[in-house]
Amino acid sequence: MHPAPSVILFTTLSGLGFGMLFFLGIGIPDVSGWTAFGYFFIGYALAVGGLLSSTFHLGNPQRAMKAFKQWRSSWLSREGVLAVLSLTILGIYAAALIFLDMKLPIVGIIGSVLTVATVYCTAMIYGQMKTIPRWNQLLTPALYLVYMFAGGALLTRQVPLAALLLSLATLVQMLHWVIGDKAFVNAGSNIGTATGLGNLGQVRLLESPHSGTNYLLKEFAFEVGRKHAAKLRIISVLCIGLLPVMILSFSTGGYLAILSALVLHMIGLFASRWLFFAQAEHVVGLYYDKHRP
Amino acid sequence: MTTLPASTAKKLGLVIDLDICVGCHACVISCKEWNTSNYGAPLSDMDAYGENPVGTFLNRVHSFEVKSEGCNAQTVHFPKSCLHCEDAPCVTVCPTGASYKRVEDGIVLVNESDCIGCGLCAWACPYGAREMDAAEGVMKKCTLCVDRIYNENIPEIDREPSCVRTCPAKARHFGDFADPDSNVSVMTRERDGMELMPELGTKPVNRYLPPRPKADISGDIDILAPLLAPVPENKGGFMGWLDKALEAI
Repeated sequence: MHPAPSVILFTTLSGLGFGMLFFLGIGIPDVSGWTAFGYFFIGYALAVGGLLSSTFHLGNPQRAMKAFKQWRSSWLSREGVLAVLSLTILGIYAAALIFLDMKLPIVGIIGSVLTVATVYCTAMIYGQMKTIPRWNQLLTPALYLVYMFAGGALLTRQVPLAALLLSLATLVQMLHWVIGDKAFVNAGSNIGTATGLGNLGQVRLLESPHSGTNYLLKEFAFEVGRKHAAKLRIISVLCIGLLPVMILSFSTGGYLAILSALVLHMIGLFASRWLFFAQAEHVVGLYYDKHRP
Repeated sequence: MTTLPASTAKKLGLVIDLDICVGCHACVISCKEWNTSNYGAPLSDMDAYGENPVGTFLNRVHSFEVKSEGCNAQTVHFPKSCLHCEDAPCVTVCPTGASYKRVEDGIVLVNESDCIGCGLCAWACPYGAREMDAAEGVMKKCTLCVDRIYNENIPEIDREPSCVRTCPAKARHFGDFADPDSNVSVMTRERDGMELMPELGTKPVNRYLPPRPKADISGDIDILAPLLAPVPENKGGFMGWLDKALEAI
């Protein structure tokens, strides 16, 4: 799959933002007034910034409001609805906390639960795709949620919890790769089933339907950079969890340690999310004989 | 609504005969011609006269080679357009309801004024039947020529999809799969019409008729074949010497 920068930014930043808002909603850390404003500002900037960047890959962004309609069937629509709901409800909680110094724990908890549901829907946009076997696994929502909680814990400066969740995120990410690497073959689609000619013998593409490229090849048959996958995976594993956890274990929760752990984590997150797309193979590639095991 | 209808009154679709298709691409061209000038946004081309032309097409013809142990390789031309699946995954993922399946005849269509161009339906389609138009930013797909098949302003003979009407080899057929006695249902039954990627559970309506078994011609060598044997480059004898001598001068 083509790793569009707008979609990578959207999934990573909104995940971090909703993770931070989740913890703020359940009252961690216990802040109020302008300190609370600072925390909520960062959470909202990340979540809303991520959501806005997702509109950059639309062909007709001016009609984006129509995407709230089909929540009964579409994960993308559900995500939009839940994002607006959670941001609105947490907005009420935040406003009461900042301006009235008043705690509305029920409102906060409802908002926090909705942030989890929002990120789950984001993950299911990818997880539901039977056409992309690497994504079509149970660990896809687990991966997005564990990144959300780990990033949120880091941004709200909970050192031991963040260290634990970052280690867990690394583990889930590695498992996602292990299962994902075998997913295409296990799903059972090949050039034989795609053409229906498999029972007649070995099938190969003799001539492409077009001499140039097209939308399908650009969007689904991304190959550049797959060769660097092994290196990027090592960078991801080091940066997502290992190095940040080392920094956190030597720190007492100072801003410098948190910030450097966060920067490293984000590098790892971007690298792994880039791989999430770049390594994902779509079954339509079979018609172009792109899947050569 | 982007939920799928429980059932449709008709199941309009195509039968594509892989035994007959000669890979001439006439259906590709006629499809582009009809659909760029009728229903919905035109099928744009980018850099059409430049070095890297890219364009939107609703129908494309792949050519495959099939080879099994001990047999001659066989070329199969393979036209591919939307299969108008009964369980169309492209419909349910649509966040706006732009993508829908018609209850009356089962045609899968895009309401372009509702399409935000998110591309999710193309991700969900296993067959590459949907292409985003680079000029309009909306998703384009085969409409089964919905603006021809019911069109009373054109002669009755033309009231079938453009690709079917134009095919010079009659490799494409249009009909109602819900009717067990229709041309397409009969052909599918008699020739074991196949679904593409049935393992994905999309229940495609369009069917492909497999190529018929080919006669074994491996022992049947033409009497003129010996005359086609390659002639050795360097002959011996006087002519060979002369050839070498002239070469050396």
